[in-house]
Amino acid sequence: MQITLNGQPRDCGHGATVTQLLLDSGYAGRRVAVEINHEIVPRSRHDDHQLRDGDRVEIVHAIGGG
Amino acid sequence: MNIKTIDSTDPLIIAGKSYGSRLITGTGKYKDLDETRRATLAAGTEMVTLAIRRVNIGQDPNAPNLLDALPPHEFTLLPNTAGCYNAADAVRTCKLARELLDGHKLVKLEVLGDQRTLYPDVIETLKAAEQLVAEGFDVMVYTSDDPILARKLEEIGCVAVMPLAAPIGSGLGVQNRYNLLEIVENAKVPIIVDAGVGTASDAAIAMELGCDGVLMNTAIASAKDPVLMAHAMKLAIEAGRAAFRAGRIPRKRFASASSPIDGTIG
Repeated sequence: MQITLNGQPRDCGHGATVTQLLLDSGYAGRRVAVEINHEIVPRSRHDDHQLRDGDRVEIVHAIGGG
Repeated sequence: MNIKTIDSTDPLIIAGKSYGSRLITGTGKYKDLDETRRATLAAGTEMVTLAIRRVNIGQDPNAPNLLDALPPHEFTLLPNTAGCYNAADAVRTCKLARELLDGHKLVKLEVLGDQRTLYPDVIETLKAAEQLVAEGFDVMVYTSDDPILARKLEEIGCVAVMPLAAPIGSGLGVQNRYNLLEIVENAKVPIIVDAGVGTASDAAIAMELGCDGVLMNTAIASAKDPVLMAHAMKLAIEAGRAAFRAGRIPRKRFASASSPIDGTIG
């Protein structure tokens, strides 16, 4: 199945969880926040939340700004 | 005689938390994270802004992060909504920040009107402020130097109102000191000048007007020597605050001799 991750299309296995996606993209354990289809997915639910075809996923972090 | 310019009896209180420093600094535009940290320490600031952005998928996820350089246990973090041009995006960004920072409630709301002026879209700002306050956020809000808007944002429940001195990054300094004075005199929440400061005297002027603090980024980060400018800004904020508390003399049109007139020879 395909999702959109940070604006880019990305292939992803059926039933993959947010945790799996973070592992695959290298962000497991990093300080990031995840939003799917405009809804925050809290860190406590990353292990359980399964991605669905067409999901629009955002992974964000903090950078310098004024 | 030892007079402390930072007076423990004169703290800046924002959302119930007390700060000794009245300078809030941004973390954008620095050469690297090392310079960011050195300038931040030289500024003596206790609160720093940061931006929320997409991670760069494919780049090294273990590259040093802003929060490694400025960890939350050392500084109060103030995530901003920079780059948002409507209320919905601003609210969404604040929710991401809250998740990112483990339930953190303090945010800097800015909703911009256009890219040329970076002036706040005050209608969207008001909308976003209402939603964020209702959601339980502590909102420090960037706005224009309009006294009526400042009052409305305070009435909505913002914990600090942050009028601009001049456009973001312009370095023009306080352009309308009478508006700022009007805002300060009528406010019950801290008034922080946000944006437009160019050099130390600009910051001192804002503080002499009675503003509770100044938030700046470009003036420090884009100076030739950011660490030295951060130090200059720290001194300017302290000097301006001390001068405000000391009470300046009224302006007079004619001279007033400093030495006694009685007892002159001749």
